[in-house]
Amino acid sequence: MVNQEGGVQAIYQAALDQGRFEIQRCNDCGDAVFFPRELCPGCGSGDLSWFRPSGKGTVYAVTTVRRKPEAGGDYNVSLIDLEENVRLMSRIENAAPEEVKIGMAVKARVTVNEGHGLLVFHAMEGAAQ
Amino acid sequence: MSGDLNHLRGKFAIAGVATFGCGEAPGYTDMELLAQAARLAVADAGLTMKDIDGLCTASASSAMWSMPVVEYLGIRPRFVDATMIGGSSFIAHLMPAMQALESGQCDAVLVAYGSAQRTSTLSRKEIGKARLLMDPQPYEHPYQPMLPMSAYALAASRHMHDFGTTRRQLAQVAVSARQWARKNPDAFMRDPLTVDDVLNARMVSDPLTVRDACLVTDGGGAYVLVRADRARDLPQPPVYVLGQGTAVWNRQISSMADLTVTAATQSGRDAYAMAGMGPKDINVAELYDAFTINTLLFLEDLGFCAKGEAGAFVEDGHIAPGGSLPVNTNGGGLSWGHPGMYGIFAAIEGVRQLRGNAGDSQVAGAQTAIVHGNGGTLSSQSTAILGTAAAL
Repeated sequence: MVNQEGGVQAIYQAALDQGRFEIQRCNDCGDAVFFPRELCPGCGSGDLSWFRPSGKGTVYAVTTVRRKPEAGGDYNVSLIDLEENVRLMSRIENAAPEEVKIGMAVKARVTVNEGHGLLVFHAMEGAAQ
Repeated sequence: MSGDLNHLRGKFAIAGVATFGCGEAPGYTDMELLAQAARLAVADAGLTMKDIDGLCTASASSAMWSMPVVEYLGIRPRFVDATMIGGSSFIAHLMPAMQALESGQCDAVLVAYGSAQRTSTLSRKEIGKARLLMDPQPYEHPYQPMLPMSAYALAASRHMHDFGTTRRQLAQVAVSARQWARKNPDAFMRDPLTVDDVLNARMVSDPLTVRDACLVTDGGGAYVLVRADRARDLPQPPVYVLGQGTAVWNRQISSMADLTVTAATQSGRDAYAMAGMGPKDINVAELYDAFTINTLLFLEDLGFCAKGEAGAFVEDGHIAPGGSLPVNTNGGGLSWGHPGMYGIFAAIEGVRQLRGNAGDSQVAGAQTAIVHGNGGTLSSQSTAILGTAAAL
């Protein structure tokens, strides 16, 4: 049966647009799931529900994409492991790109710009190495 | 567990190979480069295009690419495979091609590719924009990673963190490739290159500079696969397929479970199992070096050194000319050239070495080669072990 709210990608983005970061959990095997899926990649179950993760995570891998200053300057791209044992791509917004290090503790935030939500992260207080 | 496919070992051989227009081929299209390479590879095999009744091909831009290729070449294949898993595709094509030959579905398979990406009138920026629309990655693209390079940079960052791998060690991969390229008149970049040159080159996505990245060149490549008994009646010394394995684990770099362990662990295991061989049996390694980190990862994942030790291995000179393991003997994607998807060129260089006609870059007495392709952002891996008659 088709969900009237749309597929999970649309549901995920709709929550972000309202400032909420939600991911899925499999009701059969208990794994947290990200990115949003119609089935659990761990066990194949179709029984998934949404929940709000703690937002706490750790930088797993990091790069600085170099860009000319007139185009906006260098920026961070990180892979972040959430406490709930899922990995995602994002950026650390409150630190200079060269200050973002693997192992840094970070916290999720949702920025909403002209109605469009985006998941970003902030380095936690005293986390800078 | 399913079989190791050992019954296919040595039953098929690459009978013809060719490249065309590698480097710069201004005014050519992808198809024209493919067609010229195909024509030359079929002739190299001592066959005519009428003998080709199987086709494997892939394109990074055309979704139905096999059809215009069939039409252009004027063939009526009974077997067509256009599996597209990025740059590893043309090594992955070996297995369905072998299965089709084994079953009797066809008798001669042409594997062919062409790319005019360097001189194409459609700029890479325009292609990049089109891909964002046609092939969206909604959980990565909003953060503007410079793909594919940033994905490999992320993997490099983790390898450095976990194992103490250094930028100098990464740079040594590029320097070793250049030392091989300097022996190969067909290589696109042959100027001397030092570790400091790599370190001081323009940083693109930390820790990788532009010299940690493959070149952007044009080129076509093709090879012809037939059953071994037929190959022995053809003009070139047969290069036998001893082992093959392909593994696809993910698409996005953010979906990789461990950025320091690739699906090459699986593709390599399968290829070695089919061949009944191990890393110690390999004389030459052609490892798809889209970026310097790739070579380190594949040296480890294909068993040439323990996990985390490839940095020290290359720093000690093992993969350069004169080293214990000749790697990327044509100069690789880093210095020979990189026409978009490099896998077929790694295979062709393996054949060149095993035929013993690699000129100044010939590895003396080479009887076995491992040729390894990578696709996407460390997403797909395909490994083949090739050998001469002496390796059967």
